[in-house]
Amino acid sequence: MLDTYREIETPEGVELHLRAAGTVSRALAFSIDFSVRVLIYILLSIVLAFAGRMGKGIFLIAFFLLEWFYPVLFEMYWHGETPGKRMFGLRVLNDNGTPVGWGASLVRNLLRAVDFLPLFYCFGLVSMLISRDFKRLGDLAAGTVVVYHERATRVAPIPDLPAIAPPLGLSVVEQRALITFAERSPRLTEVRAEELADLLTPVTGMQGRAGTQRLYQMANWLVGKR
Amino acid sequence: MNQQDFERRNEAYWQATEALIDSLAQRKRVMPIDAAEFPRRYRQLCKHLALARERQYASHLTERLNQLMLRGHQHLYSARAGFLSHILQFIGGAFPALIRREWRLFWLAFLLFFGPALLMGWAVYERPEMAYTVMSPAQIFQVEEMYRPDAPHIGRERGADNDFYMFGVYIWNNIRIGFQTFAGGIFFGIGSIFFLLFNGLYIGVIAGHLTEVGYTRTFWPFVAGHGAFELTAIMLSGMAGLKLGFALLAPGRRTRLDALREAAKVSIKIIYGVIGMLVIAAFIEAFWSASTLVGPATKYSVAGALWGLVVLYFLLVGRGHAD
Repeated sequence: MLDTYREIETPEGVELHLRAAGTVSRALAFSIDFSVRVLIYILLSIVLAFAGRMGKGIFLIAFFLLEWFYPVLFEMYWHGETPGKRMFGLRVLNDNGTPVGWGASLVRNLLRAVDFLPLFYCFGLVSMLISRDFKRLGDLAAGTVVVYHERATRVAPIPDLPAIAPPLGLSVVEQRALITFAERSPRLTEVRAEELADLLTPVTGMQGRAGTQRLYQMANWLVGKR
Repeated sequence: MNQQDFERRNEAYWQATEALIDSLAQRKRVMPIDAAEFPRRYRQLCKHLALARERQYASHLTERLNQLMLRGHQHLYSARAGFLSHILQFIGGAFPALIRREWRLFWLAFLLFFGPALLMGWAVYERPEMAYTVMSPAQIFQVEEMYRPDAPHIGRERGADNDFYMFGVYIWNNIRIGFQTFAGGIFFGIGSIFFLLFNGLYIGVIAGHLTEVGYTRTFWPFVAGHGAFELTAIMLSGMAGLKLGFALLAPGRRTRLDALREAAKVSIKIIYGVIGMLVIAAFIEAFWSASTLVGPATKYSVAGALWGLVVLYFLLVGRGHAD
């Protein structure tokens, strides 16, 4: 498997697969959240400008709350997502795949203070690059992980062709490779598909376009269309 | 069974399960009978996923089941409990019991914070030039200005809007200092030790210097009251940071990472308490300490009561608390 995959075993004895999110998408999500906060500050300061010293006090309290608790509140009430994370399909989970609680969310967000040091999240970045699952210091202490949260599953139908039985003796892994090839074919260029199919000339006895078509037919047989 | 048959046979079941998880996740009203059926459906899903993997079905199918099961997993294993009852239970026992259980760290943080404060305060009182080892002349001048007995703002009541502004300043500034003192602990405790020592020395210099130049009537009545909560809370946030540091230094029979995670779970509880105490402190500081309508005698008695309250709280409350 790819090394960003993380497998967790549930109490039911089945493995769940999570995909840890990398530095770039997390940095982008952070910049979105940051912009949202800046926008709120600008709007607040315009509104509160009419409230004098009282307004300044309210602004400071709002500033404090947003700087420290904006991510915590979103992570608690929005299934582990902040607006930025949602935009990039990210989500915070505990290491065991369960939703984060108040404690873990607070730990990871208070420790932003050290992740930020000495400048612009330097420690956080180094920590993400040398740890498994791209964890910054806050994630390490809180036992949390930021994962991609796939929303829609793409179902790629295998090209509909009359099924032909593949030669006997294909192992399970080889059968699976055939099916996966057929499912992916709409996303490959024709030339690339033919190039791949040509590797299997000993199996199909064909080359070029005819080879890919034959592989699709075998895949159809393998998924059960007879 | 081949893949297509498997999909055809179970598609309706999966869709129904997905709809159920959707409505549970959005906290819609769900028929009790459906909610009761959720664990069974989840287990069935586990079985399907295991089968699909074992039979090497196509990845779009296993991915879909994986995703569906992940969402079910999150719902089944999420811990939700009454928020308010937790808070009350925490204030009413769990917090002071926790501080007493970690008494070694408490006294260490106590010494690291109040030790330098007392020593430095005494040193500056005896030898005023010691003040310049920690603060610059400009900073000291600024502090003097704030508490000068003949300054225009002393002896005159601030407006309510000004009080509220200062409340905002204290919330923003003091809780930030508390959080920094805690977070610095992840560097093997060094950050927490630094902030404890530094803030201790700083407070010592200010107290020593202002006493020495004779601004006692403006300084001490102002700080005595809220200090009970403020100083204790800063010290406790250092204690929480030291807990992280010690977990990394001496993990025992665990990996350092595991030790850190377990320590963080305890530390964050101390921080809950610290936040509460600092909010109380900011409130007292903004609306009581700054008031000039009451004389120093009243302020000192209230301060004594507040210090007594804090000490008794940590000494006595939650004695019978299990955990």
